[in-house]
Amino acid sequence: MAHDQELDASGLNCPLPILRAKKTLNAMTAGQVLHVIATDPGSVRDFDAFAKQTGNELAESREEGGKFHFLIKKG
Amino acid sequence: MAPKKLAIIATKGSLDWAYPPFILASTAAALGYEVQVFFTFYGLQLLKKDPNLKVTPLGNPGMPMPGGMERFMPVMLTALPFMQRLMTVMMKAKMKKKGVASIEELRALCQEAEVKFIACQMTVDLFDMDADAFIPGIEFAGAAAFFEFAGSSDICLYI
Repeated sequence: MAHDQELDASGLNCPLPILRAKKTLNAMTAGQVLHVIATDPGSVRDFDAFAKQTGNELAESREEGGKFHFLIKKG
Repeated sequence: MAPKKLAIIATKGSLDWAYPPFILASTAAALGYEVQVFFTFYGLQLLKKDPNLKVTPLGNPGMPMPGGMERFMPVMLTALPFMQRLMTVMMKAKMKKKGVASIEELRALCQEAEVKFIACQMTVDLFDMDADAFIPGIEFAGAAAFFEFAGSSDICLYI
């Protein structure tokens, strides 16, 4: 899936990845996709919970090259 | 659907006690909660422009130390003059190394996420604190005023 914006949260630990994602998503319009890269293993569950509770869709959650990649579609 | 409400009462002013209120408040705000934090007693230290927070192993038997030192560190040693400063420096270095946000950064993120910070007027008066010593953008109020929000909150935490 193509993304409209990318956020590199590598090296940042809880709760920074979701806080930064929320801030970036605020400036995006509905339907746009944000690609987040994180190294914090806790971020996998954090983004799952974030999507469930904020009405944004977690289109993809995968691990690649030692990092975690998330595609979040703004609801 | 109305947003859920989180009320936090922050009463401690050391570095280790500063993280829970700010992390919980900022995370809840990121998840769409309406959050208000009431800072009272030593919690007011968290609202200072220059917090300069410390942490000490003295009286903190649960505090882990590098190299498993806590297993044989006598309590008297933790009371030595330099220990608090040393532990604070080491703790801050560890936080930075692990990519954990500083208190100032978490606090700023909270305010950006529109978390409301309320300073307990009574404590400010009690300890003769100067309103200028605190960060801008905070309110001063008493417990009764805070109960308006806390009373209807979904989650209320005492830290």
